[in-house]
Formats: sequence, structure tokens, C-alpha cells
Amino acid sequence: MLKQIEGSKAVAEAVSLCRPEVICAYPISPQTHIVEALGEMVKSGRLAPCEYINVESEFAAMSVSIGASAAGARAYTATASQGLLFMTEAVYNASGLGLPIVMTVANRAIGAPINIWNDHSDSLSQRDSGWMQLFAENNQEAVDLHIQAFRLAEELSMPIMVCMDGYILTHAFERVDIPVQEQVDAYLPSFEPRQVLDPSEPISIGAMVGPEAFMEVKYLAHAKQLQAIERIPQLASEFRNIFGRDSGGLVRTYRADDAETMVVAMGSVIGTIKDTVDEMRDEGHRIGVLTIVSYRPFPLEQVRGALLHCRRFLVLEKSLAVGMGGILATDVRMAVTGAGLKGYTAIAGLGGRPIFKSQLHQLFRQAEKDELPPVTFLDLDRDAVNRQLERERQTRRSGPVAENMLHDKGIVSAKFG
Amino acid sequence: MGFQTIKFYQTGTYTVGNRLLLPDQRSVQAGESRSNSINSGHRACQGCGEALGARYAIDAAMAESDNRLIAVNATGCLEVFSTPYPESSWQVPWIHSVFGNAPAVATGIAAAMKVKGKKDVRVVAQGGDGGTTDIGFGCLSGMFERNDDVLYICYDNEAYMNTGVQRSSATPPAARTATTMPVGPEPGNPFGQGKNLPEIAMAHGIPYVATATVADLRDLEYKVKKAMKMHGARYIHLFVPCPLGWGTASSDTIRIARLAKESGLFPVFEAEHGEITGVLKIRRKVGVEEYLMPQKRFAHLFGSHSHPEMVIRIQEIADRNIRKYGLLDEEAA
Repeated sequence: MLKQIEGSKAVAEAVSLCRPEVICAYPISPQTHIVEALGEMVKSGRLAPCEYINVESEFAAMSVSIGASAAGARAYTATASQGLLFMTEAVYNASGLGLPIVMTVANRAIGAPINIWNDHSDSLSQRDSGWMQLFAENNQEAVDLHIQAFRLAEELSMPIMVCMDGYILTHAFERVDIPVQEQVDAYLPSFEPRQVLDPSEPISIGAMVGPEAFMEVKYLAHAKQLQAIERIPQLASEFRNIFGRDSGGLVRTYRADDAETMVVAMGSVIGTIKDTVDEMRDEGHRIGVLTIVSYRPFPLEQVRGALLHCRRFLVLEKSLAVGMGGILATDVRMAVTGAGLKGYTAIAGLGGRPIFKSQLHQLFRQAEKDELPPVTFLDLDRDAVNRQLERERQTRRSGPVAENMLHDKGIVSAKFG
Repeated sequence: MGFQTIKFYQTGTYTVGNRLLLPDQRSVQAGESRSNSINSGHRACQGCGEALGARYAIDAAMAESDNRLIAVNATGCLEVFSTPYPESSWQVPWIHSVFGNAPAVATGIAAAMKVKGKKDVRVVAQGGDGGTTDIGFGCLSGMFERNDDVLYICYDNEAYMNTGVQRSSATPPAARTATTMPVGPEPGNPFGQGKNLPEIAMAHGIPYVATATVADLRDLEYKVKKAMKMHGARYIHLFVPCPLGWGTASSDTIRIARLAKESGLFPVFEAEHGEITGVLKIRRKVGVEEYLMPQKRFAHLFGSHSHPEMVIRIQEIADRNIRKYGLLDEEAA
């Protein structure tokens, strides 16, 4: 059913249609509206049977999910930013135990300085946690990916993060087609756990494993993700058959035929990139887009296949590998190893810094002319950085960096007015 | 308290041979149908108070739940000595997640049982004092506050024994640990408040809180069974001497536990909804020296470089407990 609806509410509707049995709720912006909406559904009896638990931290949110999943219940939670970091130990534990928990990550920057706005630093910090990570381009895809995520997670008995850009998607009102229960029931069978805590058949879960088997257990998680590379396109295809639209998959290309320059990105910024590319195509530029939907598993072959025909690629990412450059870009470069392509990285949008079409036009044109350095920081005020570095040279007690930057730059909001 | 009704007058002890009792009065552990939830062959040290306490507690919980029990374990000695795959001692469904989240994992299991309509399946979570009073404290308080249907048992051996005897917030003042060595002008653990977790649990107003020691195993069984008859968040704080960490003889575990109780240093009581409902009285009061002296972790308080002022302060703690909890009968006083 078509609705004009907030992204968080739409995701809550989708999660509800997946019949979760235990939901753990802890508030952190920008994820909070999702669990608020689910709480109302459970309290009103619309979503039943379901236990909705107001936990005391994100660490508890993931831990309660672990207990519920190990006891055979379909478990769901949502988090972002500091919350994801606070639960990190349990995040690794959930994948190590092979528990198919689905979690929404409303992507948000990580402090310090504390910042509630969108970038991808949070879930990318969990790159190697053993969780799969699927990135939504818009709210329709956020809805659809949740339904696919429960199916995939439970098939493989591995957990999945569905990542959607904080505020940009979670708080945006868009037209979304909310599926009906019959469709979701036809797509998503009931949860049959591979391991379950059951007094009739006692097992020990989570005991110590020494060097004799640890590598094999860890490799198995890798093998599961390799299986997911096979299954994700199949599940997207099955999804199309039932729901009548394309959503998910490993990667997507846009206007990529004959493209000499390919822009690679994840999440909602794809919309701005596509608009820019459309305008450039109108002017005769041979430029296209590669969207990464599945960040983990990372579809090396599919990325390579999508880029091999071009001359250069530009990875635009909302994350920063401090001391190195790009996080996503590293993976993309791995995918095209030996292909002889020119590769550029643009770090953009950290902490919610807007990414404007005008900036992208300039950036993409520079890329086309091979005038970019290997790593570009889009819209970085280098003068402000240099002034701070100078202050630090001048005086030992130079004070808090973030406050100095704000003083230096004046009223930041005026800049975007 | 109503649970210790039988006194064996010939020897003046409460240690009653089961053959003298009616079958329904016998301990769970004495019964042929005991579940052996933690089976033999595990790797606990000789004289481990925690292994003994856990065996009695979980078997009693099994008996009371008609063998429909799921156990959660925090990281720690109990988890490590009982489980390395594929040699698990556990005959009950058992899960270990991480160090600080056993209460929350138990909450999740209880929620799953509720949503699936398995009302008969009960959940016990357990951890050492480090996992309970320190790293798991937030999750434990959350579980208490929500009154989740979980019995949490803390096996308190007063330090991080699994990692090599480091101080926890349950380590008593003056005790030697690997991180509070008996050196300097105030040797051992500094005098402070520590964390009185039974009192903190009571402050949550949960249905049941009890303390017990491995010196009174019938009392432990009684309290576990009573807790299992109730629903909501319940907490049992069990005093379990650690021969390795405390520097005591393996054969002295029960005696040391009894001296802790008889000196007043470890008050044994039970409470419902935040109010104390029963106290196990001191039967033969002893001074704290009698408890402290057999333990190498307190050796620096005695001998050539003794610290009598510290012993006096420890005695003051015991005396306060005796007054506060009414541990002495008028006649015994």
C-alpha cells in the first residue's frame, strides 16, 4: 500500500510485517523513531505475539537479542553511532555464535566531537565483526532490505545490519509502498533455528574453543558470507516475483554503458550522484554510477565486472580511514587489482556535511580530467585546519580542537543558509 | 527463618544425615533423582567453593523447575572450568555470551520463552563477583528494574580469580590480591565501601534477595527452591571461598565459609520486596581473627609486621553487620 510516510515509521512497518518475537529498544538518534513506532504496535496489540523490552543500554540491547535468538525467537533491534560502538563486544559475539539477529543501523557519525548527523563511520567500524551490511539508497529500499535481511540472516544463521542514512532517510517523508502481510508471509518463512536452548535437548552454546578449531569456526563465518554473495541476487529476484519491484541485490549500475568514469558510493548520496550524472550525461559526459548495496559481504567480482570497462573510478564515501584514506575505496581498489584503472577517493559528508550537486559537478569533472589527487576531502576548509595547526605550533595549551574550529569558522549554519 | 528446623542434638550441629530424615525432608543433592546439572570431570581446583555452590544451586533449581531450566553463564572460572568444547559438564541447556551481559542474555531467553508460551521453562543466570558487581552491574540492575523473570546467582569469591586473583568491588578491605599487594603503609585492598550487592538488589524492590554460604548447603537449596517458586527478578548472593585466591587449604573451604558467617563478616539473610524477612543467626560467635588468620591473603595483618589497627577495623565491620542484621540471638549475645 502506498503511503507518504517517515522513513523510520516505514521501517517499523516493515519490521512488524516480519513478525519479530523479541524487540530490544534503547533510544539513540537518529534511530529512535523506529523503536518508538514498534513499541506502540506491540503495546496496542497490533504486533503480537512480541516481547518489547526497554533495555538499559545498547550493550544490553544486543545481549538481550542474543539470548532471545539463542532461545529460538526472531530478534530485532536498532541502533546508531555511539550505541553501535557501545554494543560492539556483543555485536561480535552474536556473529561468532551464528545468531541471525537483524539490526537497523541509522548511520551516524562517531564522536568526539559528539555529532548526531549522518555519515557511515559507525557501521563501517564493524566491518570485520562478521555481520552482513546492506545499505539502502532510499526509504523504499530500506523497507525492502529489512524483509530480505530476515530471510537471508535466518537461512545462513548469521546476523545482518540494514544500514540507512540517519536523518536523510530515517526522518525523510517519502512515498513508500508498504507490503501487505500476505506478501511478507509468502517470502519469509517462520524461523527454524539451527541451534536452540531447549530443556528437552540440552546443548552448550558459547563455550571456549582453542587453537585446534578456532580458525575453522572463523572461516565458516567467511564461508557463510561467500554463500550470501550467491544468495543475495537470488533473494532479490524472488523478492521481485512477490513484491513486483527491484530492491537489494549486491550492486547496481546506473548509466554505466560506455562510461569512461564511474562513481562508486553507498546509501542515500546515490540520489544526488545520479542527478549530477544525469546532468553531465545531458552535456555529453561519459559518466556512470556503481551503487554498492552489499558492503559485507563485499562483492569483489561484481564490482570488478561493473568497473572493468571504464578508464577511471571515483569512490565517494562518507567515512574515513584515519591515517590512510578511504575505507570503501580500499575494498573497491582490491576488486580491480591489476585492471590498470585510475582510482580516486573522495571523503565527503562527514558528520552530516551536506553534499551538493555543484560540488559533485566540479569533483567529477576533475576526475574525468585525471586532475584529482588520490584522496580528496570534499568541502574541507583547509585554511581553518592550517590556522589550528599554527595555533598548536604557537602555544602548548592550545585548547579543545573542536571549540577552536567553531570559533574560527563562525556560525556554521549560516554557511548552508 | 523457617528453613533450618532440624537440629541434630547429639553432636550439636545442624548437619543432619539424610538417613535420619523423612524422604521429603532430604536434600536435593542426596536424592537419586538429582540432575547432576554440572557433571563430574570439570576442571575446577580442589576445594573450589564455586563448583560446589553451583552444583547445589543448579540441581536445586532443576528439581524445582521439573528439569525445565536454561542456564546462562558470565565469563569467569565457572564458565571456563566447566565447558571447553567438547567436554561440557553441563547437562542443562547452557549459554555463555560475554563477561558483562549474563543478566541481559537471560532476559532475552525469558522473553523468548514468554513469547513462545513456554511458561514452564525457567531461566537462571550466574556469574562471579567480578561479572556481577563490576562489569555486569549495569545489565544486572536493568534486569532487576524491569523485574524480568530470571534468577541470578552470584558466586562471590571476592576477586577476579579466573584471571589470577585481581581485586574486584567485592574484595574485602586489607585483602591481598594481585592488584592490591600487601606493601606500603596500608597493605592490601584499601578500606572503602565496596559494593553490597544484596542491599543494592533489595533497593530495586525485587521479589526475592538472599545470601548464603557453602557452609550451609541445605540453606542454599532452600533458598534456591524458594526463589524458583517465585517469578520476576530474584537474586542469590552465594559466598564461595577460593582456596587458590585466598591461600587457604582445599579442605578448609566449608570451615572458612562458616567462619565468615559466624564472625558476622558475611551476613546470611533473605528479603522479599526490599524487606528482610529472615536472618540466619550466628550460632557460636567468633572474632574476625579466627576467620582471617587461616587465609594467606590476610597474612600481612598478623605476625612480625602486623597491622592490628586493620584487624580492629575489620572487626568493626563485623560488629556493624551483627547490629544491623540482628545476627545474634539475645541469649547468645
